[in-house]
Amino acid sequence: MNDKKMIDEEKHFAEVIEQENICTNENLIYETPGTLTDNIMHYCPGCGHGVAHRILAEVIDELGIQEETIGVAPVGCSVFAYNYFNIDMTEAAHGRASAVATGIKRVLPEKYVFSYQGDGDLAAIGTGETIHTCNRGENILIVFINNGIYGMTGGQMAPTTLPGMKSTTSPYGRDVATMGNPLKITELVAMLPGTYYVTRTAVNTPVNVRKTKKAIMNSLKYQKEGKGLCFVEIVSNCPSNWKMTPVQSNEWLEKNMLPFYPLGDIKVPNEKEK
Amino acid sequence: MKELKLMKGNEALAEAAIRAGCDAYFGYPITPQSEVLEYLSQDATKRTGMVVLQAESEVAAINMIYGAAGTGKKVMTTSSSPGISLMQEGISYIACAELPCLLANVVRGGPGLGTIQPSQGDYFQAVKGGGHGDYKLIVLAPSTVQEMVDFVRLGFELAFKYRNPVMILADGALGQMMEKVELFEQQPRTFELLPWATTGKLNSRERHFITSLHMQPDKMEEINIHLQTKYKLIEKQEIRFEEFMCEDAEYVLTAFGLVARVCQKAAILAREKGIKVGVFRPKTLFPFPINEIAKLASKVKGILDVEMNAGQMVEDVRLAVNGKIPVEFHGRMGGIVPSPEEILQKIEEKFVGELV
Repeated sequence: MNDKKMIDEEKHFAEVIEQENICTNENLIYETPGTLTDNIMHYCPGCGHGVAHRILAEVIDELGIQEETIGVAPVGCSVFAYNYFNIDMTEAAHGRASAVATGIKRVLPEKYVFSYQGDGDLAAIGTGETIHTCNRGENILIVFINNGIYGMTGGQMAPTTLPGMKSTTSPYGRDVATMGNPLKITELVAMLPGTYYVTRTAVNTPVNVRKTKKAIMNSLKYQKEGKGLCFVEIVSNCPSNWKMTPVQSNEWLEKNMLPFYPLGDIKVPNEKEK
Repeated sequence: MKELKLMKGNEALAEAAIRAGCDAYFGYPITPQSEVLEYLSQDATKRTGMVVLQAESEVAAINMIYGAAGTGKKVMTTSSSPGISLMQEGISYIACAELPCLLANVVRGGPGLGTIQPSQGDYFQAVKGGGHGDYKLIVLAPSTVQEMVDFVRLGFELAFKYRNPVMILADGALGQMMEKVELFEQQPRTFELLPWATTGKLNSRERHFITSLHMQPDKMEEINIHLQTKYKLIEKQEIRFEEFMCEDAEYVLTAFGLVARVCQKAAILAREKGIKVGVFRPKTLFPFPINEIAKLASKVKGILDVEMNAGQMVEDVRLAVNGKIPVEFHGRMGGIVPSPEEILQKIEEKFVGELV
C-alpha cells in the first residue's frame, strides 16, 4: 500500500512539473485581453455579452488603440460594461448612448468612439437617437446586442421580441396585432446615407464569433479612415429570461432568431470608395 | 479696449460663448431662444473651431452635452421652458456625475406649450432640482443683456470650479430685447487633460469612467453626502446679489431678472411720492442670499416680492425672513410683464394703506 501511494504521488508531481513546463509565455495560445479588467463579470452563465466584450477587447488590443478608445455603456444588462473594459468610458442614460457618443466624438474626433447597446436601449427608448446618429453619419461604431428581450429588468417584451415569443409582458406570446411587430432596426439604418457599414452577426458558434470579430475590426479601421458610421448587430441569447440552459438557448437562437434576423452584411462599403 | 455693441440678448449670449472659448454647443430650436443656435451657426466654427451641432431633440442635445462635458471640454446648450423640461433627466445625470457645463433657459410662459412670451415660471425647476434626485444647479439670473454676456464667462468659471452644471435663467424678453453691451475679448480655447475626464486611458494612469450608477446604498449615500457638502460650500462662497436704494428703505421689493429692473423704476416712483422703497435682487438664485434677506428683514417694515409667475421665489424669501415682517407677493403670468405703476399701486395697497 505504502509503495503504491508513493508511486501515485510521484506520478502526480511529475504531471504538475510537466504542466508548469507547458504553461510558459512561449506556449500561450489564449489569454485575457489587456483591454479587459480583472473584474468578475455579472453576466449570467452562457450569456453572449461576455463573448461580445471579449471580442471588442481583443480587437482594441490587436489594433493597439487602448489609449485612444472611449466607450459608451447603455442602460440594460451591459450597464456595467465600464467595469470590464480597461478604457475610458461613460455610462449613458437609457437609450441615449449614441447621442453621448456623438458628443464625445465631436469634441475628440481623433479618438475611437463606440457605443454598446441592447435592443431595448437602441431600438425602443433610443430609436430617435439611433436613427439620427446614423443619419448624420457620425464617425463612430455602434455595437447592438439583440437578444429579443429586456434582460436587466427581468424578461419583458423588447422591440425585437419575435412574434409569438413569450416574455413577462407578453405571457401568451407576442401578438403582433395588439403589441406591434418586431423592429428590424438594422435594416432600417442600412437605408440611411450616413451609415457606411452595416452588418449582422452572432456569437453562438466559433465561426460566428470569428465573423463578429472581423466585423468589429473592419468597423474600427473604417473609423480611423473617417468613413462614417459602422453598425454591428450581434444576435445574442438570454438563457435566464428565455428560461433555457445556455446550450438550449443557442439552439433556440439558431432555430428562431436567425431566420427572422438573418446573418450577413446588409450594407458594405463601395469597393471603389475603399 | 472697450467694445460696445447693440445686441439682442440671445445673440449677445451666443457671442459671449464664442468669446469665452466654448468648445462645443449642442442645441435644438425653440422660441424665444432660437437666435443662439442661429448666431452660432453663422461663423462660430470658422472663428474658433468650436463645434456647433443642431441635435434632433433637446433630449439628444443634453446627452451630447453629457458625453462632451465628460471629456473636460467647455460645452454649452440653451433652450426654453418646454425644451428644458425635456432635458431634466440628462441634467440630473450630469449633476450626479459632476460634469461642468453651461445651460441657459430663456424662459417662456407655461405650463404646457404655454406661450412664447417672457415668464419666470421655471424658478422652481431651475433652483429646486428639476430632475430626479437631490441635486442643485448653480443658477445665475441676469437682468440685462450685459449680464447675459457676463454670466456666460462667470458660468463657465463656476462650472469648472465646482464640477457642476450652471444654468443661466433668463426670460423671453431678455432674449429678444436689444441693449448696449460691452463684450470681453476673445479668450483662447484651451484644453487640459483633467484627472477625471474620459479622454482615452493612457498607460500611465487608471481608466476613467463617468457614471451615476452606484448599486450599494452606502456608496450612493456617500455620493449624495459629497454632493450636499459641495452645495454647502457653494452657498458659502458664491452668493451674488444687488441692492438698489436699500440703505434707508422702509419697504423692499424683492425680484430677480428683468422684473428687478421694473421694480427699480417702481421704487423711484414710490420715492417721488415720499415712500422709501428699495429693491433687493438676487443674482444667484442658487445659492440664494438667505442671510442678506434676513438682515433686511430686521431693518425694513415689509417686503413685496414681484415675479412673473404665481409665486415661486417668494417661498425662499419667506423662509429667509422667517416671519419677522410681512412678505407680500405680486405676480403676473402667461407672458405679461408687470408695469412700474402697478407695482407702485401694490406697494400702496399692501403697506401704505396700513399706516394711514
